[in-house]
Amino acid sequence: MTQRRDWAPLLQAAPLALVLLLFFVFPLVATAVVSLWNYTEYSLVPDVTSRNYAEMFEGCGNLSDGLCTTFRTYISTLRLCGLVWLCTLVLGFTVSYFLAFHVRSDTVRMALFLVCTAPFLTSNVIRMISWLPLLGREGLVNQALVGSGVVDAPQDWLLFSDFSVVLAFVHLYTLFVVVPVFNSMMRIDRRLLEAAQDAGASGWQTLWHVVVPLTKPGLVIGSIFVIVLVMGDFVTIGVMGGQQIASIGKIIQVQMSYLQFPAAAAQAVVLLGLVLLVIAAMTKLIDIRREL
Amino acid sequence: MDETRRPLSFWVLAAIFTLFVVFLYGPTLTIFVLSFQGPEGGLTFPLRGLSTHWFETLWRGTGVIDIWASFRRSAWLGLVVMVLTTVISLLAGYAFRRRFPGQDLLFNLTIASLIVPSIVVSLGIALEFRLIDDAVKAYAEAHELAWLAEGYNSAMGLFTSGLGAHLTWTLPFGLLIMFAVFNRFPGELEEAARDLGASPWQVFRHVVLPLVAPSLVGVALFGFTLSWDEIARSSQALGDLNTLPLELQGLTSTVTTPEIYALGTVTTGVSVAVIGLSFLGVAIARRRAAAKLLG
Repeated sequence: MTQRRDWAPLLQAAPLALVLLLFFVFPLVATAVVSLWNYTEYSLVPDVTSRNYAEMFEGCGNLSDGLCTTFRTYISTLRLCGLVWLCTLVLGFTVSYFLAFHVRSDTVRMALFLVCTAPFLTSNVIRMISWLPLLGREGLVNQALVGSGVVDAPQDWLLFSDFSVVLAFVHLYTLFVVVPVFNSMMRIDRRLLEAAQDAGASGWQTLWHVVVPLTKPGLVIGSIFVIVLVMGDFVTIGVMGGQQIASIGKIIQVQMSYLQFPAAAAQAVVLLGLVLLVIAAMTKLIDIRREL
Repeated sequence: MDETRRPLSFWVLAAIFTLFVVFLYGPTLTIFVLSFQGPEGGLTFPLRGLSTHWFETLWRGTGVIDIWASFRRSAWLGLVVMVLTTVISLLAGYAFRRRFPGQDLLFNLTIASLIVPSIVVSLGIALEFRLIDDAVKAYAEAHELAWLAEGYNSAMGLFTSGLGAHLTWTLPFGLLIMFAVFNRFPGELEEAARDLGASPWQVFRHVVLPLVAPSLVGVALFGFTLSWDEIARSSQALGDLNTLPLELQGLTSTVTTPEIYALGTVTTGVSVAVIGLSFLGVAIARRRAAAKLLG
């Protein structure tokens, strides 16, 4: 290596830095700034006001009249998020565990792993639409339920409900848990499991005291993905909830369509703050860069 | 451990895994079947005959949906995103193998770009471009540039704000793949090449590039398919013309014929074709790299 300053890495990293600056950093700055602006029906008014935040939390101090819209929306989104998180974590862990510890041939393991991850490369909307012929009033599930006499009449809660939203989320996002958890599990030294067995640990004890702690990084990364994807969602909740269920992302989208940019920006800032808090708490647990 | 007999837990987990795969693929297969619904058929089972009727309606654009304009837009955007993602990720991945100032900041920004909620990024880009538009219009008025004031509409568009929005989503995946590749990269080969007098460019061109080529196909695959299916980041950042997934999303609440399933089948078909082509590409690149190393 020469002693003179080497510019090559800087130049090689420059395009990435430029794209992120133009389409990520500046937009976030613009959002933060505009969230403090005023607006009229047709234009933005650049002055500093707390109006957007004040309107967002209007009536939230007074709990006697019930919760304000903003709090209600946050709580309902958080509830969905919690449900989806729980389901994807348990399912993702189980699937990865099977792949990592029960499949013996490497080729079969990789093939099955690809089977689990390939849907990530196909369209989310189509994967949502594909639930419609199954869950609708005339759908396959209802036909089967009524036909077998389990229920008397077609069930309405199957589609355009919290149930269908959670189902679609689990369907779409479990692989965001499978990939990092599988990655963590494949790095576990198999001798540790044998050592635990030799020391007299039962299957469950080995799982809980050896596998789970060593899989923590993968679980954390998967959790971050799922939480962020659900918290900011408006597409899945929109399509699977029949445009009836409120979410934070939906509020932002609606405000954008009414050209209330500063109000939407304020919502986005609060959402971002919340998500960053969650991520900060989680990354305290691990170092992402060592996981690659 | 008994190597021949599977424990009970294996069979339980295998059953769960099988159900999971059915859960993953079942619904998509359902709409694949339903897209061949007969002309009289509806959105659900039973099938009233098998036909390609809904594909024909879709193809002629005579049905509810005229989708080909947005189909072409999505395809072009996907190709551009694919090329840019591959080139930029390769360069950045290569840069990260050495120290450079701002390295940690850039890495954290890339990860942040992946995990900031898409709606926030999309909104931000929309605001940014709106501010640019306002600034240009104000400038035109201040300097009485009539041609600019009248001719200028918006800087927002498929290949400006839309392209940027997609790159904020595809580049983190690209960089992470390159990280994984270079972390397992045999550094001795480069050293050997340098010892034999190769210039940095020659090392890159004749040693590094052939070795990482199969992974680059993977990056390209992610670049195209992620862009082809992207909704959340595009939603606010495209201007007037929509991409295919956005059109599809709009159609979910209006279309009442199996035409939408036919469209779903065609779109998934494109994704599957691209995935298949990539596997072929990886196989070819591997073979060539192996031949190069041996020969």
